[in-house]
Amino acid sequence: MVDQPLPGETILPDGAIIETVPPAPSSLKAFWSAFSENRGAVLGLAVVLFIAFLALFAPLVAPHSPIEQFRASVQQPPVWAGGTWAFPFGTDAVGRDILSRLIYGARISLGIGLSVMIVSVALGIVLGLASAFLRGIVEVVVMRIMDLIVAIPSLVLAILVVAVLGPSLVNTIVAVTVVYLPRYVRLVRAAAMAELSKEYVVAARVAGVGRIRLMFVTVLPNCLAPLIVQAALGISDAILEAAALGFLGLGAQPPIPEWGAMLADSREFIRAAPWIVTLPGLAILITVVAINLMGDGLRDALDPKLRRS
Amino acid sequence: MFRFFIRRVALTLPTFVALMFVTFVAVRLVPGDPIEARTGERGIAPERLAMLRHELGLDRPVWQQFLDYANGIVHGDFGVSIVTKTPVLSEFATLFPATLELTLCGLAFAIVLGIPAGVIAAVKRGSVFDHTMMTIALTGYSMPIFWWGLLLIMFMSEYLGLTPVSGRMDLINFYFEPVTGFMLVDSLLSDQEGAFSSAVSHLILPAIVLGTVPLAVIARMTRSSMLEVLGEDYVRTARAKGLSPFRVVGLHALRNALIPVVTVIGLQTGTLLGGAVLTETIFAWPGVGKWLIESIARRDYPALQGGIMLITSIVILVNLIVDLTYVAINPRIRHG
Repeated sequence: MVDQPLPGETILPDGAIIETVPPAPSSLKAFWSAFSENRGAVLGLAVVLFIAFLALFAPLVAPHSPIEQFRASVQQPPVWAGGTWAFPFGTDAVGRDILSRLIYGARISLGIGLSVMIVSVALGIVLGLASAFLRGIVEVVVMRIMDLIVAIPSLVLAILVVAVLGPSLVNTIVAVTVVYLPRYVRLVRAAAMAELSKEYVVAARVAGVGRIRLMFVTVLPNCLAPLIVQAALGISDAILEAAALGFLGLGAQPPIPEWGAMLADSREFIRAAPWIVTLPGLAILITVVAINLMGDGLRDALDPKLRRS
Repeated sequence: MFRFFIRRVALTLPTFVALMFVTFVAVRLVPGDPIEARTGERGIAPERLAMLRHELGLDRPVWQQFLDYANGIVHGDFGVSIVTKTPVLSEFATLFPATLELTLCGLAFAIVLGIPAGVIAAVKRGSVFDHTMMTIALTGYSMPIFWWGLLLIMFMSEYLGLTPVSGRMDLINFYFEPVTGFMLVDSLLSDQEGAFSSAVSHLILPAIVLGTVPLAVIARMTRSSMLEVLGEDYVRTARAKGLSPFRVVGLHALRNALIPVVTVIGLQTGTLLGGAVLTETIFAWPGVGKWLIESIARRDYPALQGGIMLITSIVILVNLIVDLTYVAINPRIRHG
């Protein structure tokens, strides 16, 4: 019998047919046309790209150093409230330029969001696939631990982790990663289990594809759509959680210009210098809204099952 | 049905044991000896140190310490605060009504506004109202609530002078013994003129702040669940029968649409208690959230350990109740 490979199959030199990566459900172009249908998502993407640009080129874009204290211009109002263009967004209580701190803060917040996302997605894939494929004791242990993590209120768990490890930027990332790990593990496991019963997986098994290859090459690509959506939305959650820790004094430590930490001591300036309170929070809100808009668009484009009507 | 109940209850036990284990291990991972942390820099005589360690059982094998800890928790002993020297459980019990009152009011705020907003948005799908509602919901969902609280204080309290900035009650003008622990109820019971309105004005901003994220979640969930139900055959039948739109939406559709919403509301407990930590810190609300943060600052690890244990137990319990209610009201799950 002469074999013609079906879509998604490869014929090995010895004649065995194996299932390789199935064709992507839609090309990049199709994806973009679905994504750009949602105007909010495109707006979100534009804002995210802009903030990412600021974060990446912070030293070039920011007018001042984020930690330099201009003693002569303490608590100077922003330019629209009678300030000067030297400090467009005004200065804080010790005379640091708020605009520069916000721009450098974008590095911190996006950095935290991305690190948490990458680490938790990677761990989520490994643990999720392991529990779906190995079942038995591995699955029980992993899933019970995830149940436990989910049971503890996220901020309370993050507080516990930071209390043990000590407050710092890196420990913030560790704490938030722990908090958000279960959603990826559960998602990958559920998606992989749904795939496992499908015929192409059975075929690949019969063809003798090794377990590791089966996990990461055959099954994983088919679980990616919901994972990408969750990962995008996970960035914004991580940013919020990290900012909350910073606000409580348990995250990034001064003088790091983390947005949440910038708000921590702002309360006493509510009367005297409201811009110190307003601007960092606005930066958090805009970033998180933009990422969520983008994530909603991704979901609509990638995962029609989850599409919000 | 009964078997499902037993099974579901039994499944929470390992989680509970694991929680004990985690809190136990976490506190032991904290650098520094708890006794030395207590005595400070003055130091302590070796024999006195040994005595204190013995008193606290710290010289016993770790597994025995864990069993003691677990045994204590089962018998309601959550340790003793290092700072105040009172049992953690009784400290928690004094502060918890404040958190519960705040949480319930925040949740009520979210439900009372969220469900109608979601229903109207679904019925008027694609309208200006729908778009506005969903934009507000997205913003609420993305809101850093600690900043939201500061903004509200800035405008409502400092600028407009409408509400007090912190606390639960105007303690200069009013004093009464706590009866229920709920300021709203106690102020009414005290029969002092103005006490109730003082309680309300203290509560309103924190409740709004805490209710904001659940409000957004509930509104979004109600809308999508309602949209799904409105497309069902029985809704069309109800319309075809000539029922008024109000009856169709309010009676036939809403009842079924609310099932997933009720679950989502139940699952907000964790969000609410986590949010309470932030809200209480901003508004100096004397509840368990603020107490937890202060325990960290004071290095009061038994309080932190017991507090997390208690808060999480409450969340586990509420989630269990939500699950069981869900099964009780939705036979499709039970037999599925």
